[in-house]
Amino acid sequence: MSTAQPAAAGVAPGAGGLALDSELITVRFGGLVAVRDVDFTIPEGSIVSLIGPNGAGKTTFFNVLTGLYKPTTGRVFLQGEEITALPPHIIAAKGMGRTFQNIRLFGLMTAEENVMVAMHPHLRSGVFGTVIKSRRQRREEREGRETARELLHFVGIRGVEGEYARNLSYGDQRRLEVARALALRPKVLLLDEPTAGMNPQESARFVDFVHRVRDERGVSILLIEHDMAVVMKVSERVTVLDRGEKIAEGSPAEIKADERVIEAYLGKTGTEGSAR
Amino acid sequence: MASTTIDAAATPPTPTAPPSHEVVDRTNRRWALGFAIAALGLWAFYKFALESMPGGVQDAFQTWLPLTAVNEAIVWVICAIGLNIVVGYAGLLDLGFVAFWAIGGYCAGWFMSFFLGQYDITFHFLSAAPPTQSGIHINWWIVLAIAGAVCAFFGILIGAPTLRLKSDYLAIVTLGFGEIIPQVFVNGEDIAGFNLSNGTKGITPLDPITALPVGPEAVSRPLGPFDLETKYLLFALIVAFCVFVSLRIREGRLGRAWLAIREDELAASMMGVPLMRSKLAAYAVGAFMGGLGGVVFAIHVNGVFADRFNFSISIILLAMVVLGGMGNVWGVMIGALGLAWINSTFLPKLGETVNDALDTEINFPSYNFLIFGSILVLMMLFRREGLFPETRTRELVQEPERTELEDMHADLEGDVR
Repeated sequence: MSTAQPAAAGVAPGAGGLALDSELITVRFGGLVAVRDVDFTIPEGSIVSLIGPNGAGKTTFFNVLTGLYKPTTGRVFLQGEEITALPPHIIAAKGMGRTFQNIRLFGLMTAEENVMVAMHPHLRSGVFGTVIKSRRQRREEREGRETARELLHFVGIRGVEGEYARNLSYGDQRRLEVARALALRPKVLLLDEPTAGMNPQESARFVDFVHRVRDERGVSILLIEHDMAVVMKVSERVTVLDRGEKIAEGSPAEIKADERVIEAYLGKTGTEGSAR
Repeated sequence: MASTTIDAAATPPTPTAPPSHEVVDRTNRRWALGFAIAALGLWAFYKFALESMPGGVQDAFQTWLPLTAVNEAIVWVICAIGLNIVVGYAGLLDLGFVAFWAIGGYCAGWFMSFFLGQYDITFHFLSAAPPTQSGIHINWWIVLAIAGAVCAFFGILIGAPTLRLKSDYLAIVTLGFGEIIPQVFVNGEDIAGFNLSNGTKGITPLDPITALPVGPEAVSRPLGPFDLETKYLLFALIVAFCVFVSLRIREGRLGRAWLAIREDELAASMMGVPLMRSKLAAYAVGAFMGGLGGVVFAIHVNGVFADRFNFSISIILLAMVVLGGMGNVWGVMIGALGLAWINSTFLPKLGETVNDALDTEINFPSYNFLIFGSILVLMMLFRREGLFPETRTRELVQEPERTELEDMHADLEGDVR
């Protein structure tokens, strides 16, 4: 009971299936195996966390999902459709939105423009239509702007829609990243250490926010997170990576009690000080 | 009084709010109006007023601002606006833009002269050339469109293998293409028996152009070689077209994608922006305008000459874009007009004046690169954003500078791997 459980066994496949399914992902950089044989699933409509000590391969795994790295072996499916090693923009267009650990907004574009960039796959206007400002192009732009405003309000950005992203407060920048990712109309939203730099109150509010995003936007969510309080509160399932391998998977309560996880975080004896 | 200070402190700080769409539109309209008035004013002045001026004034204008120099400057403006799309909008360094200038020029050479008559091809379409002349003779308006399309095609052809490269490597490869294509034309006299370019002898003369392809005699008559005023007006119209296209595209989906790529390529691709396609589009649109510039230049000098397409053209164009303010069409126009005028008129005339006065023999025009180089160095030191930067860039450059160490740290953090 303490070690890794079979991945999708506990989730009824009929209940909505898998938003994301990755099979036996291995990523090798030269002699280094960053990720080894990781099976991983996100059930439709769930919130899943990926945790692990520094260097465990979390971000590498993320980058495989978003198409930044090609896995050495293994396959990734987004709602049943294989997306392994497709270019990032196609994976994004198929419904994979993400935020970045170190915020990567388009600094010299306004909040609204940032969101509209991510609508790129859903807008149709070409060069010609844009130059002559065809009726369709104008309507598309107007609707895009309305959607962008609506998304910004949804994440709680109000009154600074026309401000350059780089001038926004840290919290607003984090929120803007989520709004931008949502503009892709994602099926799966990947959040890379979203509470980094937040204080406990902000983190607590963030937990509610993640639930709201899931419930109101109908997306499945995967987080990489270091703050265990957040992980335990927000996620329905937790997967633990250590040195590139999946060492545990289960509900937050199961993970908390898992010996291998404690060992991975604290060392073998478990006496090396607090686990933060 | 105390309450006012408190109020001021309580209001949230709104540091230089970026302009909304309406403000951008209004600014652009004001610039457009200013340029239209200036352009038409100049035309009216040369056409109607200059003749009745006293001789001294006439001489001064003929010396310091001859209309032929203005027309040549317009060629530079067209190409600089094209390069601005690649460099200013999409943030891709291109050191080989002269290639498109050359290809555009040869389109004019092939389709507006006797040249292809050597292969017994005779084709006339709305051309002002005598119908008996052999060769391909197409009206220049149509040739403009053809040259634009051909250059856009070559832009994609050159871009497809090279745009995968990161900035520095891309710059080197574009530099290579900028050298190769003019060389092909220089040596193109005998390509497996086919005379592509007539080599260094060039193709000249070209067909006369007409104000309109069809219509009453007054507008469709061939323009004489000295009808500079009308040509000026027609060339200015092409500039207006390029400006219009630049501004419109910037506002739309593709313009946003370019901007996003310029800001953060990786984030852009993760947000569904196809990097290759968007960059190729920038190349194609930029090259299209380069093609227009090539045709206009060929018409201006009434011929195409292979040895005129050298590397320095690419560099001067880049200097124009940087000097004027990358990304801002209006600034680029001013930069291009200014540098072109310094190069073609100011330096030679200044040289003559100084040499006459001091009885020396300093070759002023040969110092042009010294001067351009110095301008660029000074710009980078004191006004990196250019003379008329776009609002976004101004924002960036005006904020307090980070130290180098901070930058390095930021780079470490920013690395996804």
